Amino acid sequence: MSSRRKLRMVLLGAMLGAAASTSLAQAAEPPLKVGLLEDVSGDLAFMGMPKLHGSQLAVEEINKSGGILGRQIELIHLDPQGDNARYQEFGRRLLNRDKVDVLIGGITSASREALRPIVNRTSTPYFYTNQYEGGVCDASMISMGAVPEQQFSTLIPWMVEKFGKKVYVIAADYNFGQISAEWNRKIIKDLGGQVVGEEFIPLGVSQFAQTIQNIQKAKPDWLLTINVGAAQDSFFEQAAAANLNLPMGSSIKVMLGFEHKRFKPPALNNMHATANWFEEIDTPEATEFKKRWRAKFPDELYINDMGYNAYNALYMYKSLVEKAKSIKLEDMRKVIATGDACIDAPEGKVCIDPKSQHTSHRMRLISVGPKHEVKVEKDYGTIQPYWLGEIGCDLTKKNDKDQYTPSHLPKKS
Amino acid sequence: MSAEVFSVFYQFADVFAFLILSAAGLAIVFGMMGVINMAHGEFIMCGAYVTVGLVNLGVPLAIAQILAAVTAGLIGVLVEFLVVRRFYKRPLDSLLATWGLSLIVTQSMLLIVGSAVRGIGTPEGSFAIGGYTFSTYRLVLFGCAVAVLVGLYIIFMRTRFGVIARATMQNAAMAKALGARTGRIYAISFGIGTGLAGLCGALYAPTMTLIPTMGATFVVESFVTVVIGGANVLLGTAPAAVLLAMIRMTLNASYGQIIGQIGMLVAVILIIRVLPEGLSSVLVRRGR
Repeated sequence: MSSRRKLRMVLLGAMLGAAASTSLAQAAEPPLKVGLLEDVSGDLAFMGMPKLHGSQLAVEEINKSGGILGRQIELIHLDPQGDNARYQEFGRRLLNRDKVDVLIGGITSASREALRPIVNRTSTPYFYTNQYEGGVCDASMISMGAVPEQQFSTLIPWMVEKFGKKVYVIAADYNFGQISAEWNRKIIKDLGGQVVGEEFIPLGVSQFAQTIQNIQKAKPDWLLTINVGAAQDSFFEQAAAANLNLPMGSSIKVMLGFEHKRFKPPALNNMHATANWFEEIDTPEATEFKKRWRAKFPDELYINDMGYNAYNALYMYKSLVEKAKSIKLEDMRKVIATGDACIDAPEGKVCIDPKSQHTSHRMRLISVGPKHEVKVEKDYGTIQPYWLGEIGCDLTKKNDKDQYTPSHLPKKS
Repeated sequence: MSAEVFSVFYQFADVFAFLILSAAGLAIVFGMMGVINMAHGEFIMCGAYVTVGLVNLGVPLAIAQILAAVTAGLIGVLVEFLVVRRFYKRPLDSLLATWGLSLIVTQSMLLIVGSAVRGIGTPEGSFAIGGYTFSTYRLVLFGCAVAVLVGLYIIFMRTRFGVIARATMQNAAMAKALGARTGRIYAISFGIGTGLAGLCGALYAPTMTLIPTMGATFVVESFVTVVIGGANVLLGTAPAAVLLAMIRMTLNASYGQIIGQIGMLVAVILIIRVLPEGLSSVLVRRGR
């Protein structure tokens, strides 16, 4: 282990040395250091790889066009291998030893919550680039992905209207799955529907015969599948083999885990998801973006929404720094407070909401067909991340450093 | 009513097959030979990847699965010759060596084959009883698990090789003095063990997501089954799998997968506390 680590440090040192010498030749000012923590080995490597690639593509483009405030970007990527303790260790290393100017990354909500207290001890901005269960009200964190009011408040009413009021939930047993299931309960209740079953699955479980039978016993109209990771994804293959044949909805399938590319059709048939990005988007801006990506990474399995959001995060950072004319978090947050923190992303214009520091998104509801073809069922236009603001999170006034859920709301003061 | 009865059998068969198929190879390598093979999961992954690769080349699934098991077995013989052979007297070092092997293999697969491979899909076929529908392939898995147990019994109890192998594992020096080629016996036994691991991967490949670390999902179950079974592979592993499958199936059905997994592991702790030598110690004593 130690020799492996040593080798990695030597390699890293060599890379840094090379990067430093080239950028010195280009610019007098030292480069901006971007710390990136993404899993490119371990169980989530297939999702994390596009995140690394998206970041590399954005850095290359920005450096070619003159950098940020005339300074080049130096990307320092470490691979935490899906281990939350390594996220913390590497997070400390990037923040305290490498003294990065901005920290980006984290896949699972567990890794984000492991990092957040460490980031909070510094004044470094942190970009989280995944869609997630929402609710983090923290001035250090800027969230680039979609949240429940953009994903569940659109998807669940649509599924209820189209397929019926009875839903069965299969969720990964950690904060993401638990809080997402809570969101579902709240929205289903408001719609007068019924959660006929809820099953939380330990990470790493790959066998679902009993779950499939429990579902058949409960007779739902549709399934909400928020199972996470390669092992749990085996559910789809096994459900298809048992001819379960129920409509499914999710906030993470297709655009994030590209199950429709990893499984043989028709395992993902009748899956629905709401997404701000999926590779099948064919607007001119999206097509142009995909062309640039595929030119640099021709073997990419799928350009997923996390990778896309990771790409946007660097452009958002560039825009914030240039508007603030400063790399300090407090100056960048003054720009966010004006409501003017926007970029033209491949999905269209996206802006950071001043109260919650979450991002507005153009949301589309997509469905997967029997041959795994992806179709847009409904275009919702731009949806603001409004929920945190409504319940009383206002980062322009107060830094809560907390994560709220429908059952854990801020105390009224 | 009959649907409920059948479904209980089906669920039991499903968990039982998973435990037996993932543990059979380890029962020989760890249970009989005493090698703590931390790369067991990687032999399972090898079987799965070879199966998928061959199916994508147009080989029929069943033949691809057999070839995958054979491949894993041959690689096992090679690994025994190159690495494991040096550690028979140092079991704890064999743990480190095979763990290192496991890390090298998963990372190499990630670099060479990539982070995910497209699945091949479970063979068609499902049937309905009452309000439930079932996958036929899961019953095929159960059949394979039973066949593996019968096959092991025949090989180790009814053949000349089996007698010599058991003698070698009990007392290698004496077996050697009596003319057994113990080096070859060790290599073949290890190969049978890894071949069975490969067979497990091959059989589950159509039903799962393929990633380089997929072997890890089998490893906990395989080790607990072998440990509960105890030293005698043939007398221990099968009843251990029956017992654990009953516990897990009942809890899964009533309380969900979390309680099912916790319950199984708690049962393992209790059994090891009461029977440190495993189930086979009781059964062997009764037998005498």
